[in-house]
Formats: sequence, structure tokens, C-alpha cells
Amino acid sequence: MSDCRRQWNREDELPVYLAGPITTGPNQRKSFGMFSSVEGAFDSKTIDFDNYAVGRKGSRTPRSGSRERLLDTGDPVGKTPSEPREGSLTNSPGDREDARTGVEVRFSTEKESPDGKNERLLIKGGRVVNDDQSFYADVYIEDGLIKQVGENLVVPGGVKVIEANGRMVIPGGIDVNTCLMKPFLGTQPVDDFLQGTKAAIAGGTTMIIDHVTPQPEDSLLEAFERWQEAADKKACCDYSLHVDIPQWNESVKYELELLVQEKGVNSFQVYMAYKDVYQMTDSQLYEAFSFLKQLGAVVLVHAENGDLIAQEQRKILGMGITGPEGHPLSRPEELEAEAVFRAITLGNRVNCPVYITKVMSKSAADTITQARRKGSVVFGEPITASLATDGSHYWSKNWAKAAAYVTSPPLSPDPTTPDHLHTLLACGDLQVVGSSHCAYSTSQKAVGKDDFTLIPEGTNGVEERMSFVWDKAVAMGKMDENQFVAVTSTNAAKIFNLYPRKGRIAVGSDADIVIWDPDSVKTITAKLQQSASEYNIFEGLECRGAPAMVLSQGRVVYEDGNLQTQQGTGRFIPRKPFPDYAYQRVKFRNQVKCVDFQNGVTRGIYDGPVYDVIPTPKYITPAPSAKTSPTSHQPPPIRNLHQSNFSLSGAQIDDNVPRRSGHRIVAPPGGRSNITSLG
Amino acid sequence: MSERRFSQEDDCSSLLSRLGSDSPRPRMKYGGMFCNVEGAFENKTLNFESFSPQTQRRRAARTRTDGGQTVVYPSGHAQENYGKREVQRAARDPRRCSREGGCCSSGDRLVIKGGKVVNDDQSFYADVYIEDGTIKQIGENLIVPPGVKTVDAYGQLVIPGGIDANTSLHAPQKGLNPADDFYHGTRAALSGGTTTIMDHVLVEPGTSLLSAFDQWKETAEQRACCDFSLHLDITRWHEGLYEELETLVKDKGVNSFLFFMAYKDKFQSSDSQLYEAFGVLRDLGAIAQVHAENGDIIDEEQKKLLCLGITGPEGHVLSHPEEVETEAVYRAITIAKQANCPLYITKVMSKSAADVIAKARKKGMVVYGEPITASLATDGSHYWSKDWATAAAFVMSPPLNPDPSTPQYLTSLLACGDLQVTSSAQASFSTAQKAVGKDDFTLIPEGTNGVEERMSVVWDRAVSTGKMDENEFVAVTSTNAAKLFNMYPRKGRIAVGSDADVVIWNPKETRTVSAKSHNLTLEVNILEGLELRGVASLVISAGRVVLEDGKLSVTEGSGRFVPRKAFPDTVYKRIKARSKMAEARGVPRGNYDGPVHDVISMTKSVPPTPTTRGPPCPKTQPGPRNLHQSGFTLAGAQIDDHIPRRSAQRIVAPPGGRSNITSLS
Repeated sequence: MSDCRRQWNREDELPVYLAGPITTGPNQRKSFGMFSSVEGAFDSKTIDFDNYAVGRKGSRTPRSGSRERLLDTGDPVGKTPSEPREGSLTNSPGDREDARTGVEVRFSTEKESPDGKNERLLIKGGRVVNDDQSFYADVYIEDGLIKQVGENLVVPGGVKVIEANGRMVIPGGIDVNTCLMKPFLGTQPVDDFLQGTKAAIAGGTTMIIDHVTPQPEDSLLEAFERWQEAADKKACCDYSLHVDIPQWNESVKYELELLVQEKGVNSFQVYMAYKDVYQMTDSQLYEAFSFLKQLGAVVLVHAENGDLIAQEQRKILGMGITGPEGHPLSRPEELEAEAVFRAITLGNRVNCPVYITKVMSKSAADTITQARRKGSVVFGEPITASLATDGSHYWSKNWAKAAAYVTSPPLSPDPTTPDHLHTLLACGDLQVVGSSHCAYSTSQKAVGKDDFTLIPEGTNGVEERMSFVWDKAVAMGKMDENQFVAVTSTNAAKIFNLYPRKGRIAVGSDADIVIWDPDSVKTITAKLQQSASEYNIFEGLECRGAPAMVLSQGRVVYEDGNLQTQQGTGRFIPRKPFPDYAYQRVKFRNQVKCVDFQNGVTRGIYDGPVYDVIPTPKYITPAPSAKTSPTSHQPPPIRNLHQSNFSLSGAQIDDNVPRRSGHRIVAPPGGRSNITSLG
Repeated sequence: MSERRFSQEDDCSSLLSRLGSDSPRPRMKYGGMFCNVEGAFENKTLNFESFSPQTQRRRAARTRTDGGQTVVYPSGHAQENYGKREVQRAARDPRRCSREGGCCSSGDRLVIKGGKVVNDDQSFYADVYIEDGTIKQIGENLIVPPGVKTVDAYGQLVIPGGIDANTSLHAPQKGLNPADDFYHGTRAALSGGTTTIMDHVLVEPGTSLLSAFDQWKETAEQRACCDFSLHLDITRWHEGLYEELETLVKDKGVNSFLFFMAYKDKFQSSDSQLYEAFGVLRDLGAIAQVHAENGDIIDEEQKKLLCLGITGPEGHVLSHPEEVETEAVYRAITIAKQANCPLYITKVMSKSAADVIAKARKKGMVVYGEPITASLATDGSHYWSKDWATAAAFVMSPPLNPDPSTPQYLTSLLACGDLQVTSSAQASFSTAQKAVGKDDFTLIPEGTNGVEERMSVVWDRAVSTGKMDENEFVAVTSTNAAKLFNMYPRKGRIAVGSDADVVIWNPKETRTVSAKSHNLTLEVNILEGLELRGVASLVISAGRVVLEDGKLSVTEGSGRFVPRKAFPDTVYKRIKARSKMAEARGVPRGNYDGPVHDVISMTKSVPPTPTTRGPPCPKTQPGPRNLHQSGFTLAGAQIDDHIPRRSAQRIVAPPGGRSNITSLS
């Protein structure tokens, strides 16, 4: 596991990539986006199997996080992209295939395709919808990749054909915000990576980006590895990980650097809320933003003013309000909007892209809109809950129901909020739809039955996400299907540097495809959902639009209501820093700003009289410094010259540690070493 | 706590108890003390009887606060007339006499003839008769005693004297005292047509509010030439300040307190502190003012710029970008909204900050914005001046905006009422003082001049360009400030019974601003060379002519402290109504009786205050405030309970009913 990550930046050296032009390895992205210049992406009717033949082997592996490991073990043939990475229940690929054929009856024949393991699929007669255009075309999939897009494709025999019958063929959804493993006082959400990704697939989402949420004292790296391990075992669809930064200090910086450069994480969340737990001061935020910008990461911000929330919570508890209605009362919309405004200001100052997670209110969304008008590089992410329902339910007489809606920022009680957010999504002022899926059972929520501040926060939504956007935006005529694709997958892929591997139907992209049925109508209910949570906050809502078929990694995983997922098939998708979509403007502004700043005014030296100032003792705030780790105060570990001198005389190895011990002074490395010999 | 106090005011027991302290009483009624001056609006009736008790009370309050002096004139002798008393006093204490206004001087009785009286609501031609420092009659064909000095105001405007709501004439910065103190500052103010200043008492962290206030007041009473009032700048908020605040508000006549969101590690308050403070101020009926800039960001930017090698004054504006101001304004408004406290933003320097205020007002927030002379008259391009001294003279926070369209924009907002008050933020430091920061812009003492030019700038930029009418001019230069800070209609209006702070304004004259001719000691005037239309041709302060024919005749120490009552109507009517509405109600539900997940008892380590943006509020409370504490100490160990709200213990033993059933191991 860890070795594979170590290898990850070595891939440039791997000769296997030289073989195929469509290798799609992230290494190519360095030139200009890995797919943007793939030759033949648009004249997809030509087939050059030779091209693929080699590329297939190479291309199969690069996108799987496990590729490098596989190459290390020298057994690339036995592995397919759909292979579980680790700890899958089955051992050999053959076994697994057999097990799967049992489930996917329809596909049993195709399993026996010449390759033996690779599926070959042809989606016929569908309308391919990307974020920029829609066109009628067939899509040919092989080895988990889209190999051809076009009409009258020449495909090998024995290919399974799916008749799309004119329905939309869209890139699989990307849910950029899930918390499937976020611990709450030692317990886990009821939807883990298995349940959560199953629900995602059932809703047409073929990739999730989950939040790694370490506790303030934890190591980010360890937490990341824990998450990755759990996800590798359980996830049924591809995933990637954001890492939340619970506190800011020097040691975090080192870990962040590692995460970005070696682990394939390019997005980190910081908190402006949760006072005394995760909250950072503005100074820390500024530092964090600056640092993350240097790394080329996207900064995700949980934007709420934690100071005021703490005060309001105290006040409301003091008033005797302990039920879930206290939650929205203590977190009014203004606090969200204020924090969004502040985050954007910080982002502007640092010149760093800012991504606001969970836009829940009109005013927060408007703040983002206005900032974008002024040119800020800021992205906003409304979530399923804010797009489909409102906060009136917090006042429900049923405690369990009211508690189920508890998330923060809370749902706005204003019933026009969903409509407004959809409008902004449609016009591009908000870019990405997440779900912030974090499902806790009612009994877990009941921990806060006498104190709303203890209710674990999180709602469901991963399963309903795509359908609600369709229902409330596309079906209402606010949004066209292309924009639908953009907000559900393409934009997310671009912001987080997954594009065009994900988020597009194009030759060379991953075969994460959804055949969307705009006419299907379903009523959402907890009884029929995939998620394990017993309460669905959208209970009873009717919703048009649903996936008719979902392909993940080239395999049909959902068809007509039947899930055919397999635990552990999800791969970790590493993401490179400096996503073009977020960083291009930032880079240019950097140059401009540098020029600006170099324009200091050259003046003659002031030679007039100068007042004498009595030095006043400056008051130093003790607070923030207490959080910085003590490591920052340690002297830099240089001075090897000294050390070599010492090792000869023995027992000096320990001397490294207490660098400030009096020893060094007594026995300086210079002349007197032979006089005062130790021991 | 404060709630209780507030309601008690209606009890007669507390009334009685306060009699001894001679605190201004009418506050307990709903109006500010001067709001209901009878006859204030029927200008022509003369009813001396009705005024004297008011003035009496005022006088009493004033005398009382005169550091340790016993009350000389107990209230109640309504008939006793001013002049006589002043003479008595003059005989006894010449200094005091002069301070008590020029009542004893020759300018005692005045009639202003032929001018156009301009108030904020209307203009009309009338004569104004002044006696004993108050306006006694307004109207045509007044019957005045013989031998009265007549001032000719034909073709000119008679306006209420200006109120400069923001000066810092005594606040030291980095150990340096301003070059222009109360004497020079008020002198300049008078020459520009401003007859009342409101100075900021900068309370150094760790010192007592009251002693700082007393010190300021004493200095001002000795030095000031015009009436003054005081704001208090609270540099470190903690709960223990409550007592002092209460004293200041109820007994000392201070109803406005400024908090800093900038000056990290020095004066800056965190959001929590602001919220707490705003809540207290609301209960006391005071107005919260903020210096709105994000100190954290500024701090970082300053470090960055110094690293880049920028040490000149341009670094100041680069490190205090507009957005930082805007952000803080937005945050301050949010906090005030949550605390339901009126908010007054001092020094609105940029378009976007003004926009935020305007928008918030449109949403119904009780927020006021104050552009200053500098931001209305000039822009921040001068920070890049080749002349260090010039560039440094402009250094102030928030800085002047480099966008040259800012002054026009702010003027427009001022004209349409989105911004309400103009002030000067006068705080002058000589070039030698500014030169302390010659190698590091962060050390340059901040402050510009403007007290003298304020009225003319507004006239020139707004009225003579047609953006604003003369009534609005009066509103933004005096009336609004008087209303907000509860000095109305004593100040800010030409009406019978008001103070005789009157300016005869000549809209046709122009003058050119220059450091050579201004009345400050400062050697650089940031408005140097500006030609301004509209000049105060004659200024009457407290019934005395202090400026006539370009000649100033001021008396050091003649300025009186103007106490201001809590709960100004203009501000607090809405706040009070909202307080009643804001009661949130919980949902009555049956007890949740489903399963409850067991949680591991996580010892939540409260990390050492990562969130305090400023200095942490020390819980050590000097002085009384004992009710709370004694209550708590009896039950024991409850002080800690506030902090780990999320500890598992609370769950297991909820305060409700089931605590005995589900006990954790």
C-alpha cells in the first residue's frame, strides 16, 4: 500500500507508457492536460487496434491506484482495473469473475470475451451528453475505458451491446463531498464506504470524494492511510480523498506536502467553525491558504463563524431550547454568509482558489456570486439537502425527524432557498453539487436528545443527488442537460484535476457512464434506498429523472433497480496539484501581483528630525501561539561537521537529541575535545 | 443580569437610590433627556420657564462629574437665571467660568439677522436671538432687549454648528502624543465651523476605563475651546468591564464605545468578545462603534511586505487593502445583527465597505457609517508620493483608497442617506513623529488632519456639486450625529432651547487649504492646495462669537463636556422592538425514548484557545460583579461546566428526567 504510493511519481520512467498514445497516465498531464490533446479524440471512428493493444495493458493500470504496486510485483497481467485492490474477499481474478457472473446474469456471455477479464461493451443509440455538447453516438468500452465514440463503430465481435434507445448517455456523477467514515465520538456513520458507494451508484454517481477527518491530535498521513485502507476494502466505485486539516501547525505542513506530492491529494478542508475543536483563526487561515497555494492544492472551507455560533449556542441553551430547532437558531444564515465573505477575502489576499463546501443559504450563495463577479477564484458547492428541502423540518414535532436534518451549516428555513440555489447552479455561479452524505442512525443522533449541540451532524443525499438536480433544475427548464452534466460531474472533475479522465465521455476517459432516464418518476423513501440510514430527509418527495443503467469502470453495476456492485472494486484516484481550472488564473495573478509589489517607491532617505519613542512593551497574545507545535522552536538540524568529530570519540549519537545541553559548550568541537574527554 | 438591571430602572427604589448620586434622571423615561424640549418646534414662542429646568439638570450633571467637586447648584432653582449664576461662579473660579461657556462674556446676547435658518428638515428665513448660550427666540421681528449685539447674516445660511463625531486629540500612539491637542484641535474645529467634537478616549489595555475617561475629561476641560463629548475605545474586553461600563453609561454620560477589529495583539477583539460586548452595550443602551479592519490579515500582509523589502508608506496601503476593511465591516454587521446591537462604523474609507453598509441597511440592520474628511476629499494615490513626508502624512487606518473615484462615491452615498455622519478622524502627528516609521511603515503613527476642513469639504463636494441640498448638509454634518449620540436637539438643530452653537455659512466664498494658513500645528496638510467652496464666516460657540471676519477668539478651557444619555431614540426604538420580537421559542416535544447510541467518553481536550482572535478575556474580574460568582461558587465547580459542552458526561446524565436511569458505568 504504502510502497505503491512511493512509486507513484516514478511513473514517468515506466516504459510501458511509451507503447500507447492513450495511456492516460497522469504523467502525461504534465504537458497539457492528459486528455486534452489526445489525438483522435474527436475522430473517434477510426479504430487502430494496434494502438490499443499495447495501450490497453498500460492504460489499464495507470488509473488504478494499485498500478504501481502491481508493476512492482511484476504481475500486471493478472490484474484488471476492476480488481479489488486489497483485502477483497476473493483471491484470484478468476474466482471473482465467477462470483460476479452469478450476479450479473445478462453479462455472463461477455465475461467470456477473448480477453477473459475485460468487458467489452457497446452502448448503442444513445445521446451522448457532455458539458459542452450533446450528440448521438455509440460508445465502445473496453478495459474500463471508453475506446471509441461515434457512429457506425467497428467493434470486435462478441461485444455486449446495450441499447440506449435514444436515452442520454452521460458521464457518471462525481460526488465531491461525502463523509462515509467521519467518526462521531468514537462511532462511525451507518453508511460506510460499502453502503455509501452502493447508494451512490444507485443514484448514478460513479465516483465519490470523501473527507478524511482526522481529530486534532491525529497525524494527517495516518488518518489518510486509514481512510484509504478502509475505502480500498469496501468502496464499490472509484473514490478520491480530501483531507481535513483539524488544526494548523508546523508538523501539519510537512504532512501536507507529503500528501500532495506523493499521495495524490490536492484538496484540503479548513474549518471556520467548531470553536475550540477545528476552528482556525484568520491568521492561521491566512498561513494555511498561503501554504496550500504553494502546494497547488484547492482549499475547501467550511464557512461558518464559529465564535458566534458558540455564543449563540450558549444563549439558546440558556433559554432552555435543547431540541434540534436550536441548531438552526444558533447557526443563522448570516453567520454562514459572513464566513463565506471572510474566506473569500482571505482567498483574494493570498490569491488562492477557495472552494466553499456546503452552500446552504441564499445569502451565502449570493456572496459567492458577487465575489465571482469581482473576479475572485471561488467555487461554491450546494448539496443535495440544500437543493431539495429546507429547514422548516427542524421544528418538526417528531424529534427523530427533526434531528435527521441536523447538518451544518444548517438548512435554511427559507423555503425559497432550493429554488434560488438551483438558479445559481444553472447560471454557473455555483459550480458543483455535492451531497455531504454523512448518515447517522437515529440512535446516534439521539446522543443529543437533551442538547442539540451534541447531535451528530450529517444528512443523507448521495443517492438522491443527481435526481434532484434533474428534477428541480432540468425538468423545470432552468438548466439544460449539458449544464446538468457540468454541475454533477464535469466541473468537479475539472476543479479537482480529474478531468478528462472523469466527467467526460470521450475516448480515453474512464468508462464511468450513466444512462439517464429523464422520465422515470420515483418517490423517495427510506424503505427503498440503498443507504442504511433509517431516516431519509427527502422522505416522500417525488422526483423525476433517474439512472437507468450505471457503468463503473466499464462494468454494469446498476441496471433497472438492481445493483451489481462488488465490494472493494473502487480504486483510489490520485489527483495532481495545480488543477488548471482553479490555478491558471491564480498563476497569472501571481505574476501581476509580484510586479505590483516590486513597485516600491524609491525615495531619498528621510533626513528630517525623528521623534524618540519610548519602547512600550508589546502585548503578545498568548492564545494562538499555544497551538503551534513545539517542533517549530527546535533549531534546524545542520552542523554535521561537528557530529562526525564526535562520533569518533564515541557515545555521541545521543548528543543529537538534546541539542541544547550544556555538554556541547563544555566540550566544543574545536580545540579542547581531547582535554575534556567525556566519561 | 443586565436585563434585570434595566428593568429595575422603573422601580422607584432605584430612583431614590440614585438621587444621592445626582445622576441625570429623565433617562428612565423613554426619551433622551433633550428629546422632549417643549416648544422646540414652535420656534416663536418664548417660554423661559420651560427651558430652565432642563438646563438646570444638565448643569447639575455636568458639575457633578467635575472630578471630585461637590454639587454646587442643586437642581430645582428654576427661576435663578443663568447670567447671575455665571457671574457668581466667575468670581469664585475664573477658569470654570470660561469653561462654562461664554455666558459671562460680552457676547452673551446676540441676534442674528437676515439669515436663512437651515435645519435638517427645512430652511426658512428668520432671525435668531441668543442669550445665555442658548437659542431663545427664532422668528421674524423678534422682540429683543436693547443693547444686543447684532450679527448680520444677509445672504448667508444660519446652520447648527458642526459636530465632528470622531477625533483623537489626546490619544497617544506608540507613546507619541498627537501634535494637535485639545486646544489646537478644537481651535481648528471652530475655525472650520465645527462647534462640538466627540473625542475618542483610548483606554490602554489593562487600565481602568473610568480613570482614562476622567483623565481625558480633565484634560479636555482644561484645554478645549468648544464643547466636547467622549467615546471610549475599549482595547481589551472582558466581563469585568461591565461595572465600569454601567457607571460610564449611567453616571458619566458616555453612550458610545469603540472596539477594534484591527491592531492584532494590541487592541484587537475577537468575534466572541465583540459579541459579548455588543450584548452588554445593547442592554445598557449604548452604541457600539468598530474600527473595522481584519487585523489578522493585515498582520500577515505587513510581514509579507516587509519581507519583500517595502518599507515606505506605500506599504501601509498595500497591507491594508480595501477588502480587509470590507470583510471586517461585514463581520461587524453580522455580529451586531446577532447581538441586536446598534452599530456605528467609524471611518468608512472605501467604496466596497460603504456598499456593505448600504446593503445591510437595506436589509434592515441598525448600522451607521461615517466617512471622514480625508475619504471624502482625497484618495490614496499620495501614498506613492516621492516625498516621504507627504506620503507618511496620509497614513491612517483604514487607509485612503487608491481608487480616485472613491470620494465621489462616498459623497453620493452620503447624499442619499446610506451613510449618515461625517467626521474627521483628526489625529495629527508631525512629520518628525511620523518619521519614527521611516524605515518601517508599520511604525508610522496613523492619523490625518481634517477637523478644520470637514464642513467645507462636504459643502464643496456634495452641495455645490448638486448632490445634496443644504438640509442634508446640516444632517450629515451635525444633526445625524446629534441624534445618534443623543445630543439632539440640544445640538444639531437651530431651535428654541438648543445650545447656541450656530454657524453662519457663506456658500459663495472659497478658500484654499494650506498648511501655512490652517489652524493646526501640523506642517503637512493632506488637503494642501484644495480649493473649497463654502466657508464658515462666523461661528458662535455656546453663545459666544468665536470666529468673525477670519479672526479666531477662542478661550482655552471654555469647552464643556456634553453628557449623553443612553438609549438614543433614533437608534434604540427599533432595537427595543426587535428585542421583544427576537424571543426564540423551542418546540414542545415528547421525550425521545428510542435507543441512544453509547458513546465513548472522550475527554475532550479543550485546546488552548485556538480561536480567540484577540487577547483572551481574562475571567478574573476586578471589582464587584459578585452576584454571579457567589451564586456559582456555592454550588461548586460550575465555572468549568461552560467549557466542555460536548463531554460525554452531559449526555449520560442529562439535566432532564432520565439521569438516574442511564448512568454511565
